[in-house]
Amino acid sequence: MDTFVQQLINGLTVGSIYALIALGYTMVYGILRLINFAHGDVYMIGAFAGFFLAHGLGFAAEPSVVGLGVTLVGSMAVAAVIGMAIERFAYRPVRKYARMTTLITAIGVSLLIENLGVVIFGNAPRAFPGLMENQTYPLFGNAAISKTQLLIFGVSVALMLLLQWIIYHTKVGTAMRAVSFNLNSAKLMGINTDAIIVFTFALGSALAAAGGVLTAQYNPTIYPLMGIITGLKAFVAAVLGGIGNIPGAVLGGLLIGAAETLVVGYGQVVGIPSTYRDAVAFAILILVLLFRPAGLLGTTVQEKV
Amino acid sequence: MKRTLITLVTLALLLSTLACERRGGGGGGGDDTGPIKVGIYGDLSGQTSSFGQSTKNGAVMAIDEINAAGGINGRKVEYVMEDDQGQPAQAATVVTKLINQDRVHAVLGEVASTNSLAAAPKAQEAKVPMITPSSTNPKVTQVGDYIFRVCFTDDFQGAVAAKFASNTLKAKKAAILGDFNSDYSKGMSQYFVQEFTAAGGQIVERQTYTQTDADFKGQLTAIRAAAPDVIFVPGYYGQVGVIAKQAKELGITAPLLGGDGWDAPQLWDLGGAALNGAYMVNHYSVDDPSPAVQKFVAAYKAKYGGTAPDAIAALGYDAMNVLADAIRRAGTTESAKLRDAIAQTKNFAGVTGAISINESRDAVKPAVVFELRDRKFVYKETIQPPGAPATAAASPGASPAAPASSPAVMPSNTAAGAEGGAAGSSANANAAGASGGAAGNTNR
Repeated sequence: MDTFVQQLINGLTVGSIYALIALGYTMVYGILRLINFAHGDVYMIGAFAGFFLAHGLGFAAEPSVVGLGVTLVGSMAVAAVIGMAIERFAYRPVRKYARMTTLITAIGVSLLIENLGVVIFGNAPRAFPGLMENQTYPLFGNAAISKTQLLIFGVSVALMLLLQWIIYHTKVGTAMRAVSFNLNSAKLMGINTDAIIVFTFALGSALAAAGGVLTAQYNPTIYPLMGIITGLKAFVAAVLGGIGNIPGAVLGGLLIGAAETLVVGYGQVVGIPSTYRDAVAFAILILVLLFRPAGLLGTTVQEKV
Repeated sequence: MKRTLITLVTLALLLSTLACERRGGGGGGGDDTGPIKVGIYGDLSGQTSSFGQSTKNGAVMAIDEINAAGGINGRKVEYVMEDDQGQPAQAATVVTKLINQDRVHAVLGEVASTNSLAAAPKAQEAKVPMITPSSTNPKVTQVGDYIFRVCFTDDFQGAVAAKFASNTLKAKKAAILGDFNSDYSKGMSQYFVQEFTAAGGQIVERQTYTQTDADFKGQLTAIRAAAPDVIFVPGYYGQVGVIAKQAKELGITAPLLGGDGWDAPQLWDLGGAALNGAYMVNHYSVDDPSPAVQKFVAAYKAKYGGTAPDAIAALGYDAMNVLADAIRRAGTTESAKLRDAIAQTKNFAGVTGAISINESRDAVKPAVVFELRDRKFVYKETIQPPGAPATAAASPGASPAAPASSPAVMPSNTAAGAEGGAAGSSANANAAGASGGAAGNTNR
């Protein structure tokens, strides 16, 4: 039993990261009907930004909570700027064309960022500095939760609550929801849709960067192609929860994380080797699209005429 | 119609000239005169980039020393370094390029066995001798008679690890966490299991991971549930460091045990204090007090800004020197003669030990076991291979006074400065024979 709980804790930790990244996918899809394939690479940029900030500001040498906070906020800011730049220079010019064009542009931006990363940083993995010394708190039996895991849960929950507050209790959030219902009507209502779209990208990118820095505390290896697989799984998580639906993204992320870790931990009992961990997410994607394409929490209200 | 025919025929002729590649004896400028061209390939920018960089450093240092001494038979040595990014397909491509375009006389590389296995057939086909400095999977030299290695093989290394686990660590139950895509890891696991079960141990859990996995806690939790006495992790440093860290977070107390794939400075960056108390098998000790090793270490540090050479660099250095020695003996770089000269290498004094190439084109050398503590590799013991050259066994009584190397003194040595390796000289059955302490544990 305690092993199961431990696996569940591990799975939810990984799942929280997927949830943070999935939120970005879902928000952008909600307002623009665009799947931002470059989002996984913004996650990678956040991790690298955190890496250089931590080393540049000297936090790597003496880990501290303040250091962690500054690195987190700093990397979120850098990623927000990059997200806004991507929107401005890659997506806005093609927004008036067919949906397929924007999709292909997204893929192009993703490949560009990945390969620029390889050229500038080199593909050799780097060690992200630990900004908080770790400690393990035993729960019961063999199950234990580590300080890093608590940190990831805590920060993810805090950011999701913050997002919730922004979307449902501020004017900007109301405007975002309006734009996601109908872009043209929102324009007619006097909302500056371009500004709202930029804001959404910034918000999503900041969340992905937070995910990047938090993952790096958990597994310190960072390299330019780290965003590919994680981004894809987060995308699957967004689809699982219902793309365009914010609570759905969180639910999807946690489910994918848990499923993946449980398959790794228990798969051998049914003959699935643990190297099938990545396949789990994609198997779920296929099942979702076959049986419930709108996602778990999605509704068909999303369809516009 | 006529014009189309002429165009097509011209095109066909042009293409057929491009398709012609000179095969056989990839000789460059000439076989007896002109510079000697050596191709080196390795991972300079991928997941195992420490290996490629170290091999390059070692080999280039050897080349510079050779050229400073006037070259080989009066010919200067030139090298071409290619980056294969740690991908087997890239390894095959760059070796093909080195052979066909750069026309190298011999190839050095790679470290990761999977990459060597991908590139070796290209060298064999073109009859260009290839010496791998650090690939330990036995299958590499089985590709053909032009492929050699200057290190020990995994059937030995896996067995050393298993013997260390059951004899020294007194482990009865072991778990294995292997790299799914690495031939090195698979081979090591296989030989470890063989030897460990033969010694009466039991394998309680086997798990695998891939090099792109970010999270190993699923596998580690399953391993923890099986309560092993030791966990064998025959992988590469990029993942092992993180595995150690995450194992500590899960409260796993069983020590980790691994092989030469751990040998890189980045291991400590990734694993930190979680690596304390782990053990690894390796080719040589940088603290080995024998004069040849210390001279090499000092020269390497002077050349590369104070970094100490790891085993991979030392093997790169030895591989280049073995090649140079073979060229000297053959008197030519003609591929068949060079191949034969390499195959006849006997008791070559390398910094990683005496190198003799046997009939399967492998080197028979001892292994050293280290304990990892505070960012240092602390020497534990040396294990001789079966059928070690006589120089290792001969000297117990006759060894000149090297009192510090007696086993009894070892523990205090390790305590005193964590310098370790005092008796590491036994690892180095140098042809000079003056290395004392062959009394160092012959565990076979």
